[in-house]
Amino acid sequence: MHFDDLVNGFPNLTTTGLTQGAIYALIALGYTLVYGVLRLINFAHSEVFMFGTFGAMWTWGWLGFGSTSGRPGLGTAIMLIALGLVVAAVVSGATAVVVELVAYRPLRRRNAPPLAFLITAIGASFVLMELMGAATGRIQFGMPPLLPSNPVINVGGWRITPLQLATFVVALVVMFALDTFVQKTRFGRGIRAVAQDANTAALMGVNKGKVIALVFLLGGLLAGVAAVFHNMKTGNTRFNVGFLIGLKAFAAAVLGGIGNLRGALVGGLLLGLVESYGSALFGSNWTNVIAFVVLVVLLMFRPTGLLGESLGRARA
Amino acid sequence: MSAVTDLWHRVTGFFNQSKPARIGLIVVFVAFLYVLPNREFYEYLNIPGVWIPLYTTGNDMAFVLFTCTWTILLALGLNVVVGYAGLLDLGFFGFFAVGAYTVALMTSPESKLITEYNWFESPYPWLVTVPIAIALALLSGVLLGWPSLRVRGDYLAIVTLGFAEVIRIIAKNQDWILNGDRGIPQVGHPPGTWPDGTPIFQFDAKPYYWLALTMVIVAVFLIRNLVRSRVGRAWVAIREDEDAAELMGVPTFRFKLWAFAIGAAVGGISGSLWAGYNNFVNSATFSVENSILVLAAVLLGGAGNQAGAILGGFLVVYVPEWLRSVGDVFGWPKTVRVFDINLDVSPTSLRYAFFGVLLIVVMIFRPQGLWPNRRRAAEFKDRRQAVVVGEGVG
Amino acid sequence: MDRKPLLEVDNVTLRFGGVVALDQVNFTLYEGEILGLIGPNGAGKTTCFNAMTGVYLPTEGQIRFRGEQISGRKRFRITKMGMARTFQNIRLFPEMTALENVQVGADAHHRTSVPSALLRLPRHWQEEKQGRALAEEVLDFVGIRHRIHEVARNLPYGDQRRLEIARALATRPTLLCLDEPAAGFNPAEKASLLELIRKIRDSGVTVLLIEHDMRLVMGVTDRIVVLEFGKKIAEGSPAEVRDNPKVIAAYLGVPDAA
Repeated sequence: MHFDDLVNGFPNLTTTGLTQGAIYALIALGYTLVYGVLRLINFAHSEVFMFGTFGAMWTWGWLGFGSTSGRPGLGTAIMLIALGLVVAAVVSGATAVVVELVAYRPLRRRNAPPLAFLITAIGASFVLMELMGAATGRIQFGMPPLLPSNPVINVGGWRITPLQLATFVVALVVMFALDTFVQKTRFGRGIRAVAQDANTAALMGVNKGKVIALVFLLGGLLAGVAAVFHNMKTGNTRFNVGFLIGLKAFAAAVLGGIGNLRGALVGGLLLGLVESYGSALFGSNWTNVIAFVVLVVLLMFRPTGLLGESLGRARA
Repeated sequence: MSAVTDLWHRVTGFFNQSKPARIGLIVVFVAFLYVLPNREFYEYLNIPGVWIPLYTTGNDMAFVLFTCTWTILLALGLNVVVGYAGLLDLGFFGFFAVGAYTVALMTSPESKLITEYNWFESPYPWLVTVPIAIALALLSGVLLGWPSLRVRGDYLAIVTLGFAEVIRIIAKNQDWILNGDRGIPQVGHPPGTWPDGTPIFQFDAKPYYWLALTMVIVAVFLIRNLVRSRVGRAWVAIREDEDAAELMGVPTFRFKLWAFAIGAAVGGISGSLWAGYNNFVNSATFSVENSILVLAAVLLGGAGNQAGAILGGFLVVYVPEWLRSVGDVFGWPKTVRVFDINLDVSPTSLRYAFFGVLLIVVMIFRPQGLWPNRRRAAEFKDRRQAVVVGEGVG
Repeated sequence: MDRKPLLEVDNVTLRFGGVVALDQVNFTLYEGEILGLIGPNGAGKTTCFNAMTGVYLPTEGQIRFRGEQISGRKRFRITKMGMARTFQNIRLFPEMTALENVQVGADAHHRTSVPSALLRLPRHWQEEKQGRALAEEVLDFVGIRHRIHEVARNLPYGDQRRLEIARALATRPTLLCLDEPAAGFNPAEKASLLELIRKIRDSGVTVLLIEHDMRLVMGVTDRIVVLEFGKKIAEGSPAEVRDNPKVIAAYLGVPDAA
């Protein structure tokens, strides 16, 4: 136990935690959207995220920015990040929709039981991960340095790096946009209607198939955004990068109350913070243990997560 | 075609009606399984017409079969939890780890329990530690189940997944006893010597396979006893309507806990067998991917049916292994150049991708699994007939 | 009536948030009788049932069964004490056979559990045999012996209702609570159900009957308790209840199929 580390580093641990938490939250939203509408743990979502990391990396590489190139100017960097975001979001979104079309839709047509969905999800996850593994030789790839590492804010030891700021701002903007989309637009109403009662929604003229595809697409887009910031934060990616982060993002979704969009945000940020504080307190080896212990303990006391399930209705 | 199906129906009909015939068939099949790892025997097994071997060439056949068998044990244990009691457990490999580590810690002369903590003077023989391993796995099943069985459905899945991950990370980081990534070497082997005095259980996988196969048979019979008793009825009742079961006098929590404990105990046996063969235990084997693979085995084979679990456990290990061999036989290219990149397309590399496709295809065309039990099969048929409103619109 | 009280519902109040589902309900059920619990839709009949069988915990008041306080006990324990029930919307175990369904009920009194089942100890074997015999006997008693190996979900509706009763009887109850057992029955089926309920009482089981169909209730019950909006508004013999102006206003006053 290193209490002094926790106390001394508290401001910076908080920023690190919130940044990581924002990434978790973006991925968690993908799980929560799909779960809210289909009651399905989209196990392949971690691979959707992983495809995004490669999409961004390849774009940068294609433009001549590899792990060995020098840091570009700020303008170029912002351009590259923006381009990376677009490509990663498109790649992840497309992957998610393909997974839905190939792995889940045929099962829904046949009214298969929930466990069958879980297995195809696992199967899809294997396929995506292994194909990428085979295509990339299962090695780790480095990222080009994009943003300068000297802090933009430095107040008495409390530092915020440009990357942290960018992550947090972009994540919040994206999540706000999603929330508005779901609450205010016609498509959003369709999503909420299907989440509440798919069959009635269908009778009321909501196109269920389209809504479901849309939900996968949205989840994929958000995962793509998360992928870019993950790339910049860790500085590398590999074919199995999605597994652990996907697991944790799912934990975050459950923590906040799966099916609940704001819950995913709360869960993600909370998980990021807890990990950050916990790793200072117990050592970074234990980061993952802390995440799961918190999850398990919380579920004991609040079996439906912090904010409860709500995209549709709570399930008994 | 119809002649073939007709013959098939007549054959299956005969075995369904005649109990001695059925038992005879099972005995012959079990005997076949015991001789299977002998090269002289399996060399002749191939797909007739085209020369594709049914055995594996990438790894020693006996080793592959042993891997199949301990996976089958795991699948049988998990089948109790998922198939009968209907509890989704994604962290089943944790119990395997408990079994393996218990054996390793007690039988290795390099165990820190001996070298540093002086809990005991010298390593115990393997056989003595197996019951302890089972007991500890059972206990950990109860300890995990006690708090987590209060949550339902998908939440239980994530809690158990978390548990397996925690066990793995503890095993990885924990330096005091489990030795972190360096692991525990020199794990004890099962006892016994051949007539010429050499130990039976050393590095040849064959005797381990026989031992594991025997354990599978024992486990099948014991679990069958449970399933055909009030215990099995209680499990199925819980799976079908937990509240109604409770109101009919079924202590649901207690039986769910039992399902967890029994599944865990079987998982512990599997772990202790594996540790006995592998001679070395560290955290690398206990990944969550493996838990998921075992779950896939159960559902692929057909949840709620022991034969299905066995088939599933066999397939998830054997199919990827076999695909490697097929690649060797046909001399498929190992790499393909696309643009400037060498793509590794050897079956060895792609086997899990194939396996993933297999999972998807099987679930689309047979969501009840390859060999479901009669009851589950009926359930699925009903589901299919129920038309989903709105799906046609989408 | 100076018979022994079997079930005492003592000033039971049940609130869900601000809604009062049961308001100081009081009644006593005596051994060997058939008590009808009636009231218009939403009067709190099923809620009362659920409070008795341990599904809900009363906010205030006590429920005593054979002199023992039962509210707050585990639901399966209440069943073991001798109170069994059926459900308004059938809740059988759909994929189990009729026999297995009833066996689950019979298992309530099994003493042997996992260890002896694992090894098939003689004592366990004995209990399994007894359980099966009891199950067959009960299936015979309710008249669906011929359905013994059929899967519950494939049974005709009426037989499913009977199977529920059989499953409840297999727990060897002293009190059987039937929640609208005649729902969806035609007159002929109702008549034979009436006969079955009498037969159950004659075999020594006390019956609490929730029912909508007044003719059925009047025909078979010894006494009737009437609920309206969670309150007891009348209690007495069928004749007394029929003539009670409050009941007529609340229940019989509205046009009813009966």
